[in-house]
Amino acid sequence: MCLAIPGKVMEINGPTAIVDFNGVQRDVVIGLCPNIEIGSYVVVHAGYAIEMVNEEEALKSISLWQEMIESEENFDQTNFF
Amino acid sequence: MKQIDEHGLEMPGDQIIQNPEFGKKILKKIHTISADLIHPVKLMHVCGTHEHTLAEYGLRSPNIIPKNVEIISGPGCPVCVCPAEDIDRAIELTKNQDIILTTFGDMIRVPSTHSSLSREKAKGADIRIVYGPADAIKIAQDNPNKEIVFFAIGFETTAPLLALELANNPPSNFTVLSAHKLIPPAMELMISLPDFKLDGFICPGHVATIIGMKPFIQFSEKHNFPNVIAGFEPNDMLLGIYILLTQIKNRETYAINEYTRVVRPQGNQVAQEFMKEVYGCTDSKWRGIGLIPNSGLELKEKYQQYDALKRFEIPLLNSQDIPKGCSCHLVLVGKKKPEQCPLFAKKCTPINPVGPCMVGNEGSCRISYMYRSRQ
Ligand code: SF4
Repeated sequence: MCLAIPGKVMEINGPTAIVDFNGVQRDVVIGLCPNIEIGSYVVVHAGYAIEMVNEEEALKSISLWQEMIESEENFDQTNFF
Repeated sequence: MKQIDEHGLEMPGDQIIQNPEFGKKILKKIHTISADLIHPVKLMHVCGTHEHTLAEYGLRSPNIIPKNVEIISGPGCPVCVCPAEDIDRAIELTKNQDIILTTFGDMIRVPSTHSSLSREKAKGADIRIVYGPADAIKIAQDNPNKEIVFFAIGFETTAPLLALELANNPPSNFTVLSAHKLIPPAMELMISLPDFKLDGFICPGHVATIIGMKPFIQFSEKHNFPNVIAGFEPNDMLLGIYILLTQIKNRETYAINEYTRVVRPQGNQVAQEFMKEVYGCTDSKWRGIGLIPNSGLELKEKYQQYDALKRFEIPLLNSQDIPKGCSCHLVLVGKKKPEQCPLFAKKCTPINPVGPCMVGNEGSCRISYMYRSRQ
C-alpha cells in the first residue's frame, strides 16, 4: 500500500502530469508536489506524486554510504546530520 | 495494458544502491559488527514493503543476516490493521442500493466478521476497486445519481492524497469512510509491550517522505531509542540494519535517514498542510491490537459533510477481529511468525484466507507463503 515508485515527468497539464515509468506513461496528480518541473524525477503513490527525488542529495549521501562501507573505520553517525 | 514495473525508473544513485557487490560489502560490515554485540538484538520494521523486500531477497536467511540479529515485522500492513468493525460498516453501506463503495484492491478480500467485500460483490453489491482517491472522485462525477463512498485506509503516505481531494471541492455525492492510521503512535505502543524488548526500528521510508524526520527524531530522543529511515531496495535495508547495529554497539540513539534520495528532513510540507487542513487526530482501533491513542485520522468539523458515517445511518455491529484459530493479533506485533500459526498454509492460504494477514501484498502471512522456500 505504501509502495511508491519513481518516474520522470514528461509533460505538465495543470493538476496532472504525464510521468514515464520505464517506458510506461501514466497521468499523475501533482497537487502534493506543486514545484515539479519537466525532467524531474518524482516518487508516485496510488496515482499521486508524493515527492521529488533529491538528485544531488542522493548522489552525495550514497557516495558517503559507499565510503563508509569501504573504509576500515566504523560508521560515524555524526557525518549524517 | 503494459504494467508498471514496481521498481519504476532508474533513479540517480540506483547503480550503487542496486549493486549486489555493494550489498556483499555491507553484509561483511554487518557480520563484523554483530560479532561485537553483547546480546542478541531484535529490530522491528513497520512497513509491508519492507517485509516484502526481506522475504523476496531472503534477507532473514541465517546465511545472510547473522544469527544474533533478528528482524521482526510490526503492524505495517494497512489492510491488516483495519479493524473488522470498519469492514463490517463498509459492508453495511453496500446494502443501500444508492451507494457505490470504492476502495483499494487489497482491501476487498480481507475477511471481516462474517463476510468480506469481495463476497458481497459476488452477491451483487456495487463495490469498485480504485487505484487511488482520484478514481473514486471520477466515479462520483460519472454517477451523479449515486452516492460514492470511498473506504479510505492507509498510513501517512496515503492520507494526504484524499486530503488534497477533499480540500478541492469534491462532488457532493462523494463521502469517505475514514480508517487512516498513523505510524509513530503504533511504534510507541510496540516499545511499551511487556515481555518484548526491541533494540531498534527500521522506519518506513514513504511515511517519512510525508511527515519528515521530526517525529522519528522526537521518538528517538523521548525513548533513547535508535531509529533508521530506510528505503526499499535490499541494500537500503542492509544499510539500515548496519546503521542500527552501529548505534546499538555504541549505545547511541539517533534517528538517521538512509533514504536521502527521497526523504527530506522536513518531509513534504505541502502534504502536511493538506493533512492539517482536513484531518484531526483521534484514538483508533487497530485490528487484533486494540485502541492506540491518537493513532487515527478523522475529518475535521469543516469537512463533516463528506463523512459517510454522518451521512448514512449504520446500525451498531457486533464485530470480531480475529477469526477462531487465527494468530494475526500476534503476527501483527511480531510475537509470532506466520509459520508458527497452526493454520498457515493448511486451512489458511492466499486463495482461502482465514485472517487479514494472508490477504494483501503486504500481509506477513501472505508474504511468508509466497516466499516459503527462501526463509
Ligand atoms: S496464517 Fe492465516 S490464520 Fe494464521 S495468523 Fe496468518 S492469516 Fe491468521
